[in-house]
Amino acid sequence: MAFTLAFHIILVPLGVSWSVMTLIANYRGIKHQDADAMLLAQRWSKYMAVTFAVGAVTGTVLSFEFGLLWPKFMGQWGAAFGVPFAFEGIFFFTEAVFISIYIFGWRRLKPWAHFWTGVPIAVAGIFGSISVVAANAWMNSPQGVTLDKSGKVIDVDPMGVIFNDAMPLMAAHMVVAAYLVGGFMVASVYAVGMLKGRTDHYHRMGFIIAFTVAAIATPVQMAVGDTLARWVYDNQPTKFAAIEMVPKTSDDVPEVLLGHLNSEGEVTGGIPIPGLASILSDPSDGTSTVVQGLDETPAADRPTNHEVNVTHLAWDVMVGVGTLLFLLTLWWWAAWIFRRSMPGSKWFLRAAAASGVLGVVAMEAGWTVSEVGRQPWIVYEKMKVEDAATANTGIWITFIGVVILYLGLGVTTILVMRQMSRRFRGGQSGEVDVPYGPSEPIEAGDEKVPL
Amino acid sequence: MDTTAALVLFAAITTYAIFGGADFGAGFWDLVAGGTKRGGRARNVIDHAIAPVWEANHVWLIFVWVLLWTCFPEAYASITLTLFVPLTLAALGIVLRGASFAFRKAVFRTRDRRNFGAAFAISSVLVPYCFGAVIGAIASGRVPAGGKAGAPWGSWVNPTSVLGGVLAVCVAAYLAAFFLVSDARRLSDETMVAYFRRRAIGAAAAAGLVALVGIFVLANDAKYLFDGLTSRALPLVILSAVCGLAALGLLTRRTRHGARLAAVGAVASLVAAWGVAQWDYLLPESLTVSAAAAPTGTMTAVLVATGLAAVLIVPAFVLLYVLDQKTLLPEESMPEPAHSPLEQVSHVTDEPAG
Ligand code: HDD
Ligand code: HEM
Ligand code: HEM
Repeated sequence: MAFTLAFHIILVPLGVSWSVMTLIANYRGIKHQDADAMLLAQRWSKYMAVTFAVGAVTGTVLSFEFGLLWPKFMGQWGAAFGVPFAFEGIFFFTEAVFISIYIFGWRRLKPWAHFWTGVPIAVAGIFGSISVVAANAWMNSPQGVTLDKSGKVIDVDPMGVIFNDAMPLMAAHMVVAAYLVGGFMVASVYAVGMLKGRTDHYHRMGFIIAFTVAAIATPVQMAVGDTLARWVYDNQPTKFAAIEMVPKTSDDVPEVLLGHLNSEGEVTGGIPIPGLASILSDPSDGTSTVVQGLDETPAADRPTNHEVNVTHLAWDVMVGVGTLLFLLTLWWWAAWIFRRSMPGSKWFLRAAAASGVLGVVAMEAGWTVSEVGRQPWIVYEKMKVEDAATANTGIWITFIGVVILYLGLGVTTILVMRQMSRRFRGGQSGEVDVPYGPSEPIEAGDEKVPL
Repeated sequence: MDTTAALVLFAAITTYAIFGGADFGAGFWDLVAGGTKRGGRARNVIDHAIAPVWEANHVWLIFVWVLLWTCFPEAYASITLTLFVPLTLAALGIVLRGASFAFRKAVFRTRDRRNFGAAFAISSVLVPYCFGAVIGAIASGRVPAGGKAGAPWGSWVNPTSVLGGVLAVCVAAYLAAFFLVSDARRLSDETMVAYFRRRAIGAAAAAGLVALVGIFVLANDAKYLFDGLTSRALPLVILSAVCGLAALGLLTRRTRHGARLAAVGAVASLVAAWGVAQWDYLLPESLTVSAAAAPTGTMTAVLVATGLAAVLIVPAFVLLYVLDQKTLLPEESMPEPAHSPLEQVSHVTDEPAG
């Protein structure tokens, strides 16, 4: 399950943020009569359709898996957990239909009218991700349900479920992450192209639009993440102790970079920075802020040492990579401010080429923090993982099968996109058959054309 | 409110049966189109019909699952717990199908193409079979309520499930053939119109035959369903048969849209007949709609969401339809620039790979 989600989540940033980048290019194309920008928008819209279709396939599998892997979880909590998903449905449909309209509209609508048909895609993307994250946030902060004595859900307050306390910050963090990761992913492709010598106006523009989106999102993400960390400090002290790897409650807690808990539960290795964890948890009190340790929670109700290590490492990765990406965006802004053009160095492009993968790594690490840090709870303080999982055997076989299939799917996506870009570059018309697009008439004797 | 939610659920199942079914059915015709040379032309039409909606129809399936687990969580838990095997197979089939359809287009060697094509086509048959078997298991009362797992194999390897599976494959092929006739006509390929017309008739005959055999199977194996079908749901069964015959009649008379509509009607009333026959059980004789229903708050939220979706999406679909019919405006929407910088780069490298 975690694997499928982790795969699905890679497509999510593209689904959410690519539409915005496309609209920026489209806007520029109309406003400045820039034919290259228009072409960029046209092509991006078609790649978007492909990622959306793959997202739909993986999403379909997820909707099976909830039941196949956690029937008891769904049986018990479906009535609450499902509510945000019902709303998500609206946004999926909207997104799917408008992607279609946008692609159809290229040669059938006047430019500005066409531009506006793209806006709902971007809006639906944002609300779609907010809805799903609301479901996940509800697992961190399960509100809006009334239970009877036997623990059965007898009443649900949909507003309470959707707008649970964890939702606003988690949703904001996820949406910004989508723009960050999506921007870096697209930019990194163009960075590779530029390193190969394709530095014409078209490629530069593709890079600049995407990287700017990411460069705006990154600092925002740091700020939101910082606030979110403080929310966790206040509301999920055990998870926070796992994140910061704090075995015993105290003040003046050091921030340990890397390192791990040994079998005795003591911090070993790593680089401690004195007092920093306390300062970050509540800057106004400085090093005197008390951080609750793992020992305050009974062993059965807190993550195991191993899980603490995973959480802590994932945390270091998320924040570490986030910081690196932040430095990269500083470079970018500095170049624009002082030289009025993008950084020219090859090293900048190399770093940018790596940023796409780094962004994904940070995002996956963030989910690991959120999910593993919550262990052993699946629904915080209401249900444990062991009570939720299925009793079925043979899950491992399914799991291996799913991994292989997904690798296949990943390769397909990339292959299909490369194929499209080859055709685009091969000088053929911009019209290729894409999911949700109008199809071209078959010409007599036409060999089957690749997508 | 519980009833409304169940009706929405059945409506969603029907929609998936029609659109998803037609998709899977197209895969079936791909499978039986024959060798690479002989089947090439039919596969071309099939490709053309599927490519624009590639895997989008599963959105309906997602909608079914979300409705089921939100509004009737106990039913969802029982179904997935008992029918673990066919549902896993279906999920794998869906991924395999989507991926290999795209792969087939992306590779060039005939042999590769044939392998991916086969994977695509076989999973197109596997998935509807599994769904049919799942429905058979539910309808014959083999899924116990209360989150207890039923028989892992017996629940879906039994006469009613086999019937359900085979019927689902037939129905998918039947629908697809009708749709493909129209697609071929749009492509002005008269040979293919005739080709798929013959297949539509064949599939109709097969579906009819399976349905007839089904009567005996159900009488012995799924008493509750059989009683429902022969009493409450009888008008719908008859309607389905009438639509089916009408579809055949219209097909041979070569009308434009009528045949397709009638075929859709036949399938829709068949699904509806199943629903009415087992009403008001979600899992016959063990879990009723009202017993499985989620609390009122949830139901209200879901129905509001469904209503909103309808309000937002119907106009969007109308817009899409209008666009589809509209002629091109090349000069106004900036066609590709003649001297695109890309044209100068002729060697093939990896540009956007997402
Ligand atoms: C794009 C990548 C990315 C980057 C650069 C960051 N994050 Fe993050 N983080 C995510 C992507 C992410 C995420 C994948 O989107 C998570 C998982 C769940 C969620 O809501 O967001 C997440 C979760 C998450 C959590 C756990 C929330 C929970 O368990 O409920 C905390 C405390 C932070 N983040 C804090 C930070 C801080 C302090 C950062 C920087 C200094 C930071 N994140 C950078
Ligand atoms: C709505 C969203 C999500 C839900 C409902 C959800 C649910 C769960 C549940 C119930 C568990 C505990 C079960 C287990 O340990 O196997 C879990 C664990 C986990 N999930 Fe998620 N998850 C969501 C999103 C994600 C995403 C997007 C990722 C992507 C990386 C992810 C990664 C993980 C990981 C790494 C674990 C830990 C596995 C372990 O400790 O065994 N989750 N999640
Ligand atoms: C029941 C499980 C799920 C289903 C059925 C599902 C289905 C889908 C589908 C069909 C899409 C559209 C494809 C795309 O835009 O790429 C999508 C997008 C998305 N999914 Fe999921 N997904 C599920 C779970 C999750 C989880 C666990 C997360 C993360 C926590 C998630 C986050 C998103 C986001 C943010 C989007 C982008 C919004 C959008 O593009 O509409 N989904 N999902």
